[in-house]
Amino acid sequence: MDAIQLIVSGLANGCVYGLIALGFVLIYKATEAVNFAQGDFMMLGAFLCVGFTNEAYLGLPFWAAVPLAIMAMAVFGYLFDMTILRRMFGESQVAIVILTIAFGFVLRFIAGEVWTHEPVSLETPFAGEFINLGGVVLDVSEILIVIVTLLLTGVLYLFFSRTKLGVAMQAASQNQLAAYYMGIPVKRIQSLVWGLSGAVAAIAGILFASKGAIDPSAGLLGIKAFAAAAIGGFGSLPGALVGGLIVGLVEPIAARYGPVGVSQIAPYAILILVLIFRPGGIFSQTQRKKV
Amino acid sequence: MRFVFKTDYDADIRWFKHGPQFFWYMLALGLLLVLPLYFVWIGNAYLLGEITAVIIFTIVGMGLMLLTGQTGLASLGHAAFMAIGCYANILLLNAGVPWLIAFPLSGLIAGIAGTIIALPVLRLHGVYLALATLAMSILTGDFIVLFDDYTGGVAGIAVPDISIFGYTINKYANPYAFFYVVVAVMLIVLAAYRNILRAPSGRAFAAIRDSEISAKAMGVNLTKTKATSFFLSCVAAGWAGALFGHSATYVTHETFDVIMSITLLLMIVIGGLGFIHGAFFGAVVVGILPVAIANMRSWASAAFDVNLTIPGLESLIFALIVMGFILLEPMGLYGRWLKIRTYFELFPFYRKDMFRRQKSYQKTERVQ
Repeated sequence: MDAIQLIVSGLANGCVYGLIALGFVLIYKATEAVNFAQGDFMMLGAFLCVGFTNEAYLGLPFWAAVPLAIMAMAVFGYLFDMTILRRMFGESQVAIVILTIAFGFVLRFIAGEVWTHEPVSLETPFAGEFINLGGVVLDVSEILIVIVTLLLTGVLYLFFSRTKLGVAMQAASQNQLAAYYMGIPVKRIQSLVWGLSGAVAAIAGILFASKGAIDPSAGLLGIKAFAAAAIGGFGSLPGALVGGLIVGLVEPIAARYGPVGVSQIAPYAILILVLIFRPGGIFSQTQRKKV
Repeated sequence: MRFVFKTDYDADIRWFKHGPQFFWYMLALGLLLVLPLYFVWIGNAYLLGEITAVIIFTIVGMGLMLLTGQTGLASLGHAAFMAIGCYANILLLNAGVPWLIAFPLSGLIAGIAGTIIALPVLRLHGVYLALATLAMSILTGDFIVLFDDYTGGVAGIAVPDISIFGYTINKYANPYAFFYVVVAVMLIVLAAYRNILRAPSGRAFAAIRDSEISAKAMGVNLTKTKATSFFLSCVAAGWAGALFGHSATYVTHETFDVIMSITLLLMIVIGGLGFIHGAFFGAVVVGILPVAIANMRSWASAAFDVNLTIPGLESLIFALIVMGFILLEPMGLYGRWLKIRTYFELFPFYRKDMFRRQKSYQKTERVQ
């Protein structure tokens, strides 16, 4: 029974990692850039929702606050690309990596100023409710996290493979110049992807904050999500989820059954092992460049 | 405007392009070497310690510049390699190895460790190297705690003094001697860096940075060259880490953290990616910034009676400076200086787009 609870809680954690990783992968898939501030986007989304719904702030009803926070982050992502990143169009990826790292610092500072550095919890209608399934006590928020994540991954997967916009996004990434020739508005597509990824980050943040407390340095969770994305294979949506689940499951299990200190190391150790033995990740999409 | 008339092929790879350039660099070197005299004169070596710390950062900055600026690979984990160098140095010294052997070895160990970790990901896209080194940087603290029998773990470990032929150098006891040790290491790394740029391997690094496909077509072995660059970069980081340990005199698992790794990368961006000078400019900015902010803070509280002790203000200002440079001046401080110099050299013929870089369209290497 204990083991099942451990696994469910690990799954819920893994889903949050997976959702953050999904945000990276979306951007990487469509713009070939890596957003090192994705964890901070998630943190900001969570804090926006806290600001909308918690009693200490605006106190809106939860079900109104969630879409508001998601919309706000989508607009935020879109505007970030439109105003700042678009100036970087055509620059090297290293420059974008550095820019987003610096932007993450800025977001962390802003969140710290607006919502203080104290950890806060999101006030949800299902906080502290449990379901008893034949002796196994499960937290409602954890179950919700798993369901929402699975749905979102499925929808995004279909979006990328079935819709015109999704295919256009993939084309813009595969070959920018060719996409231009085909009449795809590459820059606007990129802004849209950043908006989409902002929305996903907000969902991840809301789910994360409903399960536990959030503080401005929660963005560092993004580093674990990186490990998840790379384990799954950068550029693969199901890969991001699988990678997130692996990281989420390994942590509590290693903490429970492994020696002291292993649980912090385990996700990165898996990452390095995956990079050594299957460099492209589990759902590898990479081929070596050939001349 | 000076025109250098080249009469032989060696003119392209000489250490200095022309006489005046040689003069200015020698003057700078001379000033650096007599700098301690000033502090002897005023009788307070505190500021010299700060300058020594900046020079230590230029050493790792040069290492990272070789990797990021010349080869185009970003590492988010150079603090980890500094840690490896630092702890290797401490353990060797504690084992009774003389400093003159232990110190070079510490760099080599960091270089070999770095290359072993980086080798599998060097075949992949540059983002993977950034990720693997980032993971490395996060794990460093955990590994130091895990092996606390050797490293002292959370409690930390004292760094033995430098001892050269029976002459003991401690940062506090004789800061002037320590300054010259650090300057000597910096000059060795600088000379090696400059020499690599003159050699075929330096050309290969630049070729990889500008286009991997063209480099490969020109017969450059990509993985081998990238690994060489990474190795050299880690050696410099290892030495800087060892010196950093001597400078701090006591290191714990938190000395070399992720923030330090990120700061190092941001530092060379501010200085100017792709220029040796950039490592120096960046280190000076990183060294001066906390002092400047502290001074501003006390000035603001004295003049306007406002309290500026906002947590995280320093990292915010640092981040804003970096974003400003990336967006407005991607060539960094040294690039700005180059532009100003060219403006006056060519006056009135300087044009805005003279330093414009060609933009490239991106392509994926994934198959879908």
